[in-house]
Amino acid sequence: MSTIVNLRQMRVDQRGIIKTVAAQGELGRRIRDMGLVPGTEVTVIGRAPLKDPVALRLKGFTLTLRNSEADFITVELPEDDLV
Amino acid sequence: MSEAIATIALAGNPNAGKTTLFNALTGSRQHVGNYPGITVEKKEGFVDMPSGTVRVIDLPGTYSMTAYSQEELVARDFLVKERPQGIINVIDATSLERNLYLTVQFLELGIPVTLALNMVDALESKGIRIDSDRLADLMRLPVVRTVARSGLGVREALQAALTHPRQSWEPLFISYGPDLDPVLGEMTKLISNAGFLADTYPPRWLALKFLENDLVVRQLFEADYELHRRLRDMADEVARHCEKTLKTQPEFLIADYRYGYISSILRQGVLTVMPDLQGRADLSDKIDAVLTHQVAGPAIMLAILYGLFSVTFTLGEIPMGWVETAFAWLAELAGKMPPGLTRSLIIDGIIAGVGGVLGFVPLILIMFLGITFLEDSGYMARMAYMLDRVFRIFGLHGSSVVPFIISGGIPGGCAVPGVMAARTLRSPKEKLATLLTAPFMACGAKVPVFILLAAAFFPEHGARVMFLITLAGWAAALVAAKMMRSTIIRGPSTPFVMELPPYRMPTAMGLVLHTWERGWQYIRKAGTVILAIAVLIWAMMTFPGLPQEIAAPYEAEMAGIQEQLQAETGEAARGELEASLAALERRLKEEALTHSLAGRLGQAIEPVTAWAGFDWRTNIALLGGIAAKEVIVSTLATAHSMSDAENTDFAARIAAAPGWNTSVAVSLMIFVLLYSPCFVTVVAIAREASWGWAAFSVVFNTAFAFALATATYQLGMSMGW
Repeated sequence: MSTIVNLRQMRVDQRGIIKTVAAQGELGRRIRDMGLVPGTEVTVIGRAPLKDPVALRLKGFTLTLRNSEADFITVELPEDDLV
Repeated sequence: MSEAIATIALAGNPNAGKTTLFNALTGSRQHVGNYPGITVEKKEGFVDMPSGTVRVIDLPGTYSMTAYSQEELVARDFLVKERPQGIINVIDATSLERNLYLTVQFLELGIPVTLALNMVDALESKGIRIDSDRLADLMRLPVVRTVARSGLGVREALQAALTHPRQSWEPLFISYGPDLDPVLGEMTKLISNAGFLADTYPPRWLALKFLENDLVVRQLFEADYELHRRLRDMADEVARHCEKTLKTQPEFLIADYRYGYISSILRQGVLTVMPDLQGRADLSDKIDAVLTHQVAGPAIMLAILYGLFSVTFTLGEIPMGWVETAFAWLAELAGKMPPGLTRSLIIDGIIAGVGGVLGFVPLILIMFLGITFLEDSGYMARMAYMLDRVFRIFGLHGSSVVPFIISGGIPGGCAVPGVMAARTLRSPKEKLATLLTAPFMACGAKVPVFILLAAAFFPEHGARVMFLITLAGWAAALVAAKMMRSTIIRGPSTPFVMELPPYRMPTAMGLVLHTWERGWQYIRKAGTVILAIAVLIWAMMTFPGLPQEIAAPYEAEMAGIQEQLQAETGEAARGELEASLAALERRLKEEALTHSLAGRLGQAIEPVTAWAGFDWRTNIALLGGIAAKEVIVSTLATAHSMSDAENTDFAARIAAAPGWNTSVAVSLMIFVLLYSPCFVTVVAIAREASWGWAAFSVVFNTAFAFALATATYQLGMSMGW
């Protein structure tokens, strides 16, 4: 049974597959331009000193976004991963 | 220069090495300008190839070709309007998939694309293998492997673009699935039947952009009312359908299909990832584990900024001394001229004004070299990442840190390139708040004022004063930004979706070119604006000359003393006479200054400025400082009759001058730090925002500075400092 969580809830070093991206307008476009589309594997690699923004690794590069922006993205965690 | 045989554009994602490749191709045969009417940089260069000279344009780095940002619009407009022979699409081979997203959009536009698969040297360590021949076959375009840093494959890529098998534009056709393909087909047919903009854009591309809600393209269609109405109805219909059945919008469906197309190509044996190497964190991640660590990160950031600051000032002192010596020698040379207006103009006006500014050039160049290093190495992006949460509280963006630092967030910067660096901010409101507050930083031109006042009133504590002033600049900028963002420029923040590029050692050539670009703006300012201002201020302080009836008694008395001096032989008496002669000379000068235009102006506003503790002499210097902060110290010196020879101990003189005390000094430091940006910065603000906002910055900053300076002075006086 796989779990679907919000990207904001992911821990550092956790890995998952993007399930949905609900952002609209400019934010939606920029998120997709940077490759955050459903089916992409992402790993949370760190958080800024004040826990926000979050740094992700996907498609061979590092991307940062704010928690408020991560809220629009849901991620499917692999089955063996316990939240 | 001989006529170019072809124009080739360089395009690609930011951080893909596009500018490095451009530098490697063109070397110093390049120049930086602006696209007409907007503030996106246009870089152009020329390359000699066997077949002739080729013109190369470095387009702004973009991730996509939407209408959301100026950079993307510039790149798009350049391609469709100027129709270059082809583009070299520079791609970071280590993140091939995301980089190809832009490539696909170029191909859909139809322009002949040559792929420069850059940074192929980094592939092996990352466990990635790319079959470039297979990629070339599948995408039907030339692929050249390059390492722009070392110049490998760079000319080959240009050669491949020149001899591209396809010489005409031929749009790529991608399927966007059962939901969009039918309507796309119909829209394309409508557009091509109407022959709408047929020689500029491919019809299917227009249809796609229409579905993507591209505001610029939609506006184009408003020229044809009926066509626009029909297309809009079709687009609305399919949008409703997508919303209902797929819970998404056509523009996002299009993005998903584009990525689908790319991964279908990559899966056909183009990209092989060795799984055993995948889990291994790469070098950048390891560095980030330290440099963006929750505790160590901010500490290291402060240390780096402090280090840059002290290196700038210790290293900068040496060449600064040379420039100062050179100007002192010039002044001495000019001193051999017969006394009079011309000599005074050259020594007090030109040499003091321009020399004071050029003396700072070495310091500013070292400063910019450091900042450029931080930017090109990738560390500046980490600073934005670490500071975003703090800056957001004040209505700014993590990326505001770059303009702040360049403007003098580390003392010694310059607000002109700082204001220009605010371009990277996408939201116009955040950009405005950033460029209006960046001039609060302790730029290199204000530094001499602080050094002088610190030496006069806080000897021994110079470094601490400098540090506090720097902090005050940051605090003022953040508070003012918050004030503006919660009143006159309220609005949503820009998304922070940002790439953290891998750490890279900047190339020497890139460092030199980028440092020079910024330094040149400063030197040009010294040669033009400041020269003019120095002469103007000199004239205002000299004319109108003292009327004969006021000057005559002094001159008569001085002549009398001169005579006595010639007759007198006793050592002690001579000294006394000389001293009273000097005192008379000073009083004459002071009378002249009081009588001059500048003196009258300074006195006219003295009743107001007295609230903050500034006398009319200081006012003259501050008025000059509106034009250029560099002239404050030299004007202050002249206003205290200090010109010509005895500049040596100005600090001591100021400290002892009547009407000066610690409260005045602190008040003045605060005022100089915060008041109106200099002319050149105002012009830069006008270009980046508008003349209205530029005028606002003059008035607002001066009022803000005056309020704070008055409060400080009054508090200081009541405390008896």
